[in-house]
Amino acid sequence: MSTAKNLDLKVEYVTRVEGHGNIVVNVKDGKIEKCEFHVVESPRLFEGMLRGRSIFEAQHITSRICGICSCGHSLASIQAAEEALGVVPSAQTIKLRKLLLDYEFLDSHILHVYLLAAPDILGVPSFVPLIETHNGVVRRALRMKKAVNDVCDILVGRHVHPITAIVGGFTKLPRPREIDTQLRILEGMAGDMAETLKLANALKFPDFNRETEYVALVSDDGEYPLLEGDIGSTDGKRFARKDYKKATNEFIDPRSSAKFTRLSRESFFVGALARFNLNSAKLHARAKAAAKELGLKPVCHNPFLNTVAQVVEIVHCYHHALELLRDIKKNCLDYGQEVTVGANEKGTVPVRAGSGVGAVEVPRGILYHNYQTDAAGLIKHADCIIPTNQNINNIEYDFAKLLPEIITLPKEAIRLRLEMLVRAYDPCISCSAHYLDVEFVD
Amino acid sequence: MKTENSAARAAARPKVAFFDFACCEGCQLQVANLGEALLDVLGVIDVVEFREVMSEKYDKDYDVAVIEGSITDRHAEERLKKIRARSKVLIAYGSCATIGGVNGMKNSFDLDEIRQSVYGKDFKLFDSTPTRPIHQVVKVDYTVNGCPIYPPELVEVLKCALRGLPYTVPDNPVCSECKLNENVCMYERGVSCLGPWTKAGCNSWCVNNGNICYGCRGEVKNPSGNALEVIGRYNLKPELIKSKFDMYNKCKEGDKDVNR
Repeated sequence: MSTAKNLDLKVEYVTRVEGHGNIVVNVKDGKIEKCEFHVVESPRLFEGMLRGRSIFEAQHITSRICGICSCGHSLASIQAAEEALGVVPSAQTIKLRKLLLDYEFLDSHILHVYLLAAPDILGVPSFVPLIETHNGVVRRALRMKKAVNDVCDILVGRHVHPITAIVGGFTKLPRPREIDTQLRILEGMAGDMAETLKLANALKFPDFNRETEYVALVSDDGEYPLLEGDIGSTDGKRFARKDYKKATNEFIDPRSSAKFTRLSRESFFVGALARFNLNSAKLHARAKAAAKELGLKPVCHNPFLNTVAQVVEIVHCYHHALELLRDIKKNCLDYGQEVTVGANEKGTVPVRAGSGVGAVEVPRGILYHNYQTDAAGLIKHADCIIPTNQNINNIEYDFAKLLPEIITLPKEAIRLRLEMLVRAYDPCISCSAHYLDVEFVD
Repeated sequence: MKTENSAARAAARPKVAFFDFACCEGCQLQVANLGEALLDVLGVIDVVEFREVMSEKYDKDYDVAVIEGSITDRHAEERLKKIRARSKVLIAYGSCATIGGVNGMKNSFDLDEIRQSVYGKDFKLFDSTPTRPIHQVVKVDYTVNGCPIYPPELVEVLKCALRGLPYTVPDNPVCSECKLNENVCMYERGVSCLGPWTKAGCNSWCVNNGNICYGCRGEVKNPSGNALEVIGRYNLKPELIKSKFDMYNKCKEGDKDVNR
């Protein structure tokens, strides 16, 4: 009978930024013998390639780790480099970096909610069939993405691999007319934002709970911390970002060649749901209202609702960005702060041997960059810990609890549910669309 | 009825597939970022595979295969050769595919040494070969340069590919566009820039935004003419320029081994 089944399930996906991974599930006579999620680092070797490059080039190079969160990589890289160099960014620069991060969250979350998560829930393999059946929704998604892309282009020259954001500040600052354009574009999204909330309200997510530790940036001020903060957890841990290794504790599991992470218990969760669980009191009032409407309450232990937490963050970042822009418009930017780029070839910035850590929330969780430089400002050692890698261990423990709960379902439903769980973590856009070659033997 | 018509329309449209190898997938994202214009593109082609946003798979030949990323392991090489065998036209897009891009910096190190520096003693678990752009492995029919690609150029190249027309990139340096955009020359601002040696076509995207050119579109055919003049006038250290070029163009050293 289907209850005491044998299940041999292998899911493979091809190399990604975070590496490539396999799901291996083995069920014999209804007993789970194996339920693992393996990730293999991709052979791009960024940390190795950075050695010998100027610390001033690190942002440009590490932005290329991931096209989807290239702005996030840039910001983590800049934070690490500035700390190593002893450069302190101005209040204006920090404000603009926060605006950039808002745009990054909007872009990435919109893509995930609409083009990756929604098709699952509507029962189609991708957004392409939706062009016929839900044309208005697809158009809205693409329109919103384009709008965010456009404001990002104005702010940093380009959303994929930002041009103007560098160590010390920005090579070009948006002019007053361009601030107005950004405001106009964002204000024009208001209707689509309301529709997005409606869509999220209509989506139904699987009921599943597993208590785990949630890790995100935390701070003592009233702002929802994305760019700056200490590393905190729902188990009460708190570390300064220079101690990020105490918060990640990378280890090799003999079953897998991937590096796993853990903190207070067997695994932890990073991403929108972790941020919501730790910092929901600091969300924008409109985002708090959205969370209430969507029924999301901290501490939520259902990983499928990470997508809902992303919708709440879409609302937060949208209104936070509008407020930043209005503030910038009112107070005007100081254009004297534009900085000149270059691998410091004229020695205009004093360099020193040092070390710096960047810890920045990006759409999928905390991203760490760490560089050590020599006295000439050349990188001696680099370390980047990417959110998806931190979540792998947690996904595996989720699998172990989820599988027995759904084992009586038809095999297609099991496969879809496991894929949906992985997609809920938004591990990396193409990875999550790639859980395809599933083989069942029963 | 509607479905039958759309199925018939889809059958008549050229089958286009997008693939990625070692890269950041930012060029795919540039395609997604076309916004609603993407739907116009989708109206004339039938995208049969596009990993970034689709779960669908296709098992017949492709009219056009669009390839992103570099070849950095044996598995990728085999996969690329299979795709080439199934494709009438092959487009390499983005620096990783056209010139190796940032992945090429790996080739500046001893392979086992750099692998070990990242993965420690278990480095052999992860296969890794020297980085190669697509044309060093299979025949490439069209290229779209840039890191990331400039979306209007991809649309132009797609149009040419679908009609069987040639597409050529003018052999001018980025400076030719930069001057028209009235940017202050980065050399006059005291910073060295790779614009004089890098192929135009990006509308001097980075310099317009106050940054330098990093050479992501590859070199013009004969860079040495410009090089002598600029290096002389600004008293540049050749090793500085070489190091800057290596960020994107290190794989060019492998071109001499390719007999195409």
